[in-house]
Amino acid sequence: MTVQPFHRSQADLLPERAAPAATVGIVGWLRQNLFSSWANTAFSLISLYLLWLIIPTVISWAFIDANLAGDDRFACNGAGACWAWLDQRINQFLYGFYPSDQTWRVDIALVLLVPALAPLLFDGVPYARYLRWFSLAYPVIATFLLIGGFGLEGVSTHKFGGFMLNVTVGLAGIVLSLPIGIVLALGRRSRLPIIRMLSIGFIELVRGVPLITLLFVSNIILPIFLPPDVTFDALVRVIIMVSAFSSAYMAEVIRGGLQAIPRGQYEAAQALGLRYWQSMGLIILPQALKISIPGIVNTFIGLFKDTTLVIIIGLFDILGIGNAMVSNPDWLGLATEAYVFVALFFFITCFSMSRYSLHLEKRLDTEERR
Amino acid sequence: MSDATAATSQGASEPVIEISSLNKWFGAFHVLRDINLVVERREKIVICGPSGSGKSTLIRCVNRLEDHQEGTITVDGTELTYDLKNIDTIRREVGMVFQQFNLFPHLTVLENLCVAPIWVRKTPRAQAEALAHQYLERVQIPEQADKYPGQLSGGQQQRVAIARSLCMEPNIMLFDEPTSALDPEMIKEVLDVMVDLAVSGMTMIVVTHEMGFASQVADRVIFMDHGQIVEQNTPDEFFNNPQSDRTKLFLSQILEK
Repeated sequence: MTVQPFHRSQADLLPERAAPAATVGIVGWLRQNLFSSWANTAFSLISLYLLWLIIPTVISWAFIDANLAGDDRFACNGAGACWAWLDQRINQFLYGFYPSDQTWRVDIALVLLVPALAPLLFDGVPYARYLRWFSLAYPVIATFLLIGGFGLEGVSTHKFGGFMLNVTVGLAGIVLSLPIGIVLALGRRSRLPIIRMLSIGFIELVRGVPLITLLFVSNIILPIFLPPDVTFDALVRVIIMVSAFSSAYMAEVIRGGLQAIPRGQYEAAQALGLRYWQSMGLIILPQALKISIPGIVNTFIGLFKDTTLVIIIGLFDILGIGNAMVSNPDWLGLATEAYVFVALFFFITCFSMSRYSLHLEKRLDTEERR
Repeated sequence: MSDATAATSQGASEPVIEISSLNKWFGAFHVLRDINLVVERREKIVICGPSGSGKSTLIRCVNRLEDHQEGTITVDGTELTYDLKNIDTIRREVGMVFQQFNLFPHLTVLENLCVAPIWVRKTPRAQAEALAHQYLERVQIPEQADKYPGQLSGGQQQRVAIARSLCMEPNIMLFDEPTSALDPEMIKEVLDVMVDLAVSGMTMIVVTHEMGFASQVADRVIFMDHGQIVEQNTPDEFFNNPQSDRTKLFLSQILEK
């Protein structure tokens, strides 16, 4: 075979051209994603047909044919959803048995949550430096607002309920389980045998038992071992048990992240003279936690939904309140409405967490930003 | 011989690293066997040898990335033991450059350079950043300060890694195959920086197969095989008149390519 000499000078390099019209824009997207092959086209059409069946039905049930007013279920004609109970019961769904003249305190705690979370969750929040101090103080402020004391009327935690109970237990669990999980994960990888064995023991013990069992233990068995005059607040017990349970899962998620960090990172940090906690805090954990974000948020979402198990020890969260309403003679048979309403609350919160985790992953991605 | 005498005449024979009767095992495997080595201040040593000969392990023992079972290592008067204080002292004084760069991917180039001065040396941030810019200038990539390591080429990353070590202002630099993970066209830019460092009088131990670099800057070339020092000599003698058969074989293999 002979070699064809070939040479192209700078002057006759080919000019750049626009991509073919059918491969970019909306048309290009549709072609590529929905109609790229016969099978894909078939699936797309079937999906569209199903959506066309489902969406109008749901909308007319929930909105168009729905009954909105009335004092009991007999006020509803049954054509669509019966939302008449909302007017009477919405406060119970949101605040449980919290005194109705004090619910403004819950509202304020919820509003204050926004400036407390914003500097932790997002970049570029104005006054973030000062707001972080507020974030640190927030648990104390929220506890004061919810429980009272120092001039505010005291409210027993037995009165906590509804969605506010889910949020309280969920947030406290999330805030506690992440640092505890990190410590357990590091402990499990420690070179010191006692620390390692304690961590493994805790993780395996807690993870090997259903959360319901832990809640029973905290409610029934623990008081047997405590002196009779020592009583633990039920809400505090729930928060401790939920946090302990999630931190065991968290520890394993984070351990996975730690194992994904190449040994060279540890060695580079050591060679520069960084101490153990410095290299963990500055080099290893930031990377390990970034990798673990999907797993961490997964655990958070699981924790948040598990807060419905407080019914086991006699607290009424939003699901408990829903159950109670459905068995009330006035509203008997409205299970669909009640559970759809409850599900909506959980879906909005959990979906937000999931979206936030995607946002965070993108924000922290330093690999492919060429 | 002339290079070696020049180096020693400057510092009038001041040993900075003393390794004596060093033995190390990985489990039952005897990786380092009775190593004796004295490195003078400002001396540049190149260590070569086939893979698995223990050359990387040897220099990793010098800043205690690996511990040893027998023998002593003394760096600038401090002996390496299990005493964490001694290890900290030595690590502040000894910089290391790795084959895989090991930059911190979640930090910008500037942050990579500043993290150790700020947290280990407690240098104020502004001063640490000034120092970082100065060393980025020296390795000729001042314009990359705000990028992330993942956005740089391999050669640039390795130069950042060198600058990162230099920011701790070490007396001794260890290089563990610094050019082995690089594309051929990037090797020179890294070697240039290393030559510049050598000329400035840094004490250097370099594990490398870059024989051009060895003959240009090394005072001594050490050949290791099976965990032992087989031969050491000035570059001229080492390349032109190798003594042992194993050295001859190794040189013929490496110079062939």
